[in-house]
Amino acid sequence: MTDFTSLGVKAIRDGVAGGDFTAREVAESFNAAVAGAAELNAFIVTTPEHALAAADAADAARADGKAMGPMAGVPIGMKDLFATQGTQTTAASHILEGFTPEYESTVSQNLWNAGAGMLGKLNLDQFAMGSSNETSHFGNVSSPWRKEGTNSAMSPGGSSGGSSTAVAARIAPAATGTDTGGSIRQPAAFTGICGIKPTYGRCSRWGVVAFASSLDQAGPMARSVEDCAIMLGAMAGFDAKDATSLQMDVPDWEGALSSDLKGKKVGIPKEYRMDGTDEAILASWEQGKAWLKDAGAEIVDISLPHTKYALPAYYIIAPAEASSNLARYDGVRYGLRDLPEGAGLQDMYAETRAAGFGDEVKRRILIGTYVLSAGFYDAYYTQAQKVRALVARDFEQAWVDCDLILAPTTPTASFPLGSLTDDPLTMYLNDVFAVPASLAGLPAMSVPAGLNPDGLPLGLQIVGKPFDEQTVLDAGLAIEQRAGFTNAPEKWW
Amino acid sequence: MSDYRIQGQTGEWEVVIGLEVHAQITTQSKLFSGASTTFGAEPNSQVSLVDAAMPGMLPVPNQECVRQAVRTGMAIEAEIHSWSRFDRKNYFYADLPQGYQISQLYHPIVGEGSLLIEADEKHGIPEDKVIGIERIHIEQDAGKLMHDQHPTMSYVDLNRSGVALMEIVSRPDMGSPAEAGAYVRKLRSILRYVGSCDGNMEEGSMRADVNVSVRKVGDELGTRTETKNVNSVRFVMAVIEYEAARQVDVLESGGSVDQETRLFDVATGTTRTMRSKEDAHDYRYFPDPDLLPLVLEDDFLADCRASLPELPDAKRVRYEQELGLTPYNARELTAEVETFARFETLLGTAASAMGKAETAVATTVANWALSVAPGVIKSANENFPEEADPAHATAERQAAILAMQDKGEISGKQAKEIFELVLRTGREPAEIADTEGMKQVSDTGAIEAEIDKILANNADKVEQYKGGKDKLFGFFVGQTMKAMQGKANPAVVNELLKGKLG
Repeated sequence: MTDFTSLGVKAIRDGVAGGDFTAREVAESFNAAVAGAAELNAFIVTTPEHALAAADAADAARADGKAMGPMAGVPIGMKDLFATQGTQTTAASHILEGFTPEYESTVSQNLWNAGAGMLGKLNLDQFAMGSSNETSHFGNVSSPWRKEGTNSAMSPGGSSGGSSTAVAARIAPAATGTDTGGSIRQPAAFTGICGIKPTYGRCSRWGVVAFASSLDQAGPMARSVEDCAIMLGAMAGFDAKDATSLQMDVPDWEGALSSDLKGKKVGIPKEYRMDGTDEAILASWEQGKAWLKDAGAEIVDISLPHTKYALPAYYIIAPAEASSNLARYDGVRYGLRDLPEGAGLQDMYAETRAAGFGDEVKRRILIGTYVLSAGFYDAYYTQAQKVRALVARDFEQAWVDCDLILAPTTPTASFPLGSLTDDPLTMYLNDVFAVPASLAGLPAMSVPAGLNPDGLPLGLQIVGKPFDEQTVLDAGLAIEQRAGFTNAPEKWW
Repeated sequence: MSDYRIQGQTGEWEVVIGLEVHAQITTQSKLFSGASTTFGAEPNSQVSLVDAAMPGMLPVPNQECVRQAVRTGMAIEAEIHSWSRFDRKNYFYADLPQGYQISQLYHPIVGEGSLLIEADEKHGIPEDKVIGIERIHIEQDAGKLMHDQHPTMSYVDLNRSGVALMEIVSRPDMGSPAEAGAYVRKLRSILRYVGSCDGNMEEGSMRADVNVSVRKVGDELGTRTETKNVNSVRFVMAVIEYEAARQVDVLESGGSVDQETRLFDVATGTTRTMRSKEDAHDYRYFPDPDLLPLVLEDDFLADCRASLPELPDAKRVRYEQELGLTPYNARELTAEVETFARFETLLGTAASAMGKAETAVATTVANWALSVAPGVIKSANENFPEEADPAHATAERQAAILAMQDKGEISGKQAKEIFELVLRTGREPAEIADTEGMKQVSDTGAIEAEIDKILANNADKVEQYKGGKDKLFGFFVGQTMKAMQGKANPAVVNELLKGKLG
């Protein structure tokens, strides 16, 4: 059997469409790779039959000379935050363990409509809360990468850690992610892949288990910028079922992709030069500037003065929304119900939620409940919203001087699993560069820039103007072409 | 100021009342989901994925609910906020699937407005009074718990979950049960005129939270209690009477009123504590991040305004000034949508049947509609319960009766008799008058002949009349009518008699 697992989205799609191989062969190849990678714990459930059915449909369409979708014959991994009809959807929590929706999220439906199939539901941080994929009820995900000369398990980042691991380990050509405060970009950076969070509202949130509604945004994770462009095109679109969905046409990002940045100005925010940032990260940032200049862009210094307040504001707003969004998991209608003999309603709530939520989820529910409480609301929530507005204004002012912003994705490379679990504040700092774009709802992407001296991947982040995913993708392509990042983790699983 | 006072041991107390009325918006579907809103359906048969708060489900505002709230706001001449926002009110309960109710705390869609309650001596309202309305906001209803289906478990019915409500919050401007009752009736009337709520209190389409406090005349406001979910005008008034008396007792015996939420017990007519201030929820209100602010365009507002019907106050004034109706008739006819609709149909039909202007016949039609017809309907229902059918009383038939009476073809008495037969049989009034011989005689020749006989037979009385005994005129009328078997047109009789008696 030929191994197709090194192929990406475009290569598979074009190969299937051109008759170089069948979609079924591809799906079988990835199904086998998934089955052989249990040690990574990237999947919560696998759905080989779904991938095969989509593959057969693609092969049949080709045989019949019918039109092929932009993702026809491409098997992908689905973050287990997207509701999938007939397939368990858990958000990596115990409280939703065994929950099988009778509905399909808009984004996953869009992908199936485009011809994609599903290899399985990918592990993640519980309810997408985490930056290391260590808060899942279904166990940690291991990054396929290891520090040179060591065998310790590394974090694949979070919350889309199953997605990043599956794509980096070549057990999926691409995967869906969701990004609330860096959950696509940070894991992409940790595992040497690409991931883009589009403008807030591009991808429907309907059927995606909510974490923080005003920030949650779905996006693709893949090994090339072009694959991201293809898959984002399939995922995005106006959805009347989501009141925050953007009523705009989806551009042909794939078709317009160009690494020529002539006439573009790249802003370098001085506030992102923070204490505690790795030397290697700073070096790759410098390298990134040179690459973009080489692609024809002009480099300009800019200021985003409220950057340092973004993370604290995020850790008020996101938990506040989460504390309310997660109230529906109460044991009444679906999911876990823990009802001790003779207990009343309040006991059922307490027991169910105590047993059903993990520690990090509880921590955020407590924070969120606290900041919304009478007497604290103005000091925390209102203040945080003001900061959010200021952060957004920083970007608006920056767009006067530049067309896109280049920054590191994370302040450090991946860290060993378990090394930060007792230090939530340091853990939260992982998203310090990612959170401002989330608060402002801007499109932002991480692309691999190289390896650090330990042999671990580093990512560069590009932030764009609202609705301007094209420039973000174009700059990503310019970096990708110059970085020549072809490194793959050595298979140890 | 209301002159309603409670006589306590220590003197007179006045009552301060504010009402929060929850009115279900008349729409086919719920506030944020496509599910139906029909009352009385099988439990959990009208529940969408959104209403059941399934993971990942999102609310999408129903434009019709927004439109109805705006129209209602315009009907109470309130400030309409072209920018408003939905907030989440967070609390746990089994009938609240999301764990929060979507409402509008900080930026309601409708601001300050007012409503007029009219002077009504009979009902204890000495003069017209304007009641302030602080705001109207839109919110979701919760589901319903059913405790009587199983010995140890409670069931949840989510049919009502997500149904759209308007919460209409009054100022504490009412001072008596009568005023509160009049306010609820007037509000209900306006809502039904506008068509934004069916006002059906039995089915829970309108319920009131009743805020009551008492104070010595002229003192600062006292501590209030809030009695929840009161579902009739009578109960609203009963709650106020009971609560005011209870609070006076508490205060006069040296106690203090607790700010608390209470429940009304219909069976005993009393209220009891539901939860005290200490147990009050911290609802952790915050803007709903699933929803964008609600921005109303000028065109939308103009359409809302253009779609408003003539409202009760304007209609009442028009009835008095243009139609010349008495204030009482005008008020009675405009109080309910059905009443004015029936009246206006009958007025139009009757005027054309009579060949006269509406203004010329309005008083006659109003009297018929308010006193004559209801009386006949009532007695027909009592005396012929098997036969009487109000569906027979079409506007055309009633107009035909009124036209015959107007032309002098039938008497008032005959009109009632014909109407009763119409109710019982559905026959046409003209045909009844013909076949039943219920036509009034206006033929002067026939009447004159009878009068001549009567005057000849009563020459003595004629003399006395001519000698100044005016009262005898009635005697001659009576004799003539008797001779004509009651079918003579009284006006013709009068005229002829006057001529002959000089």
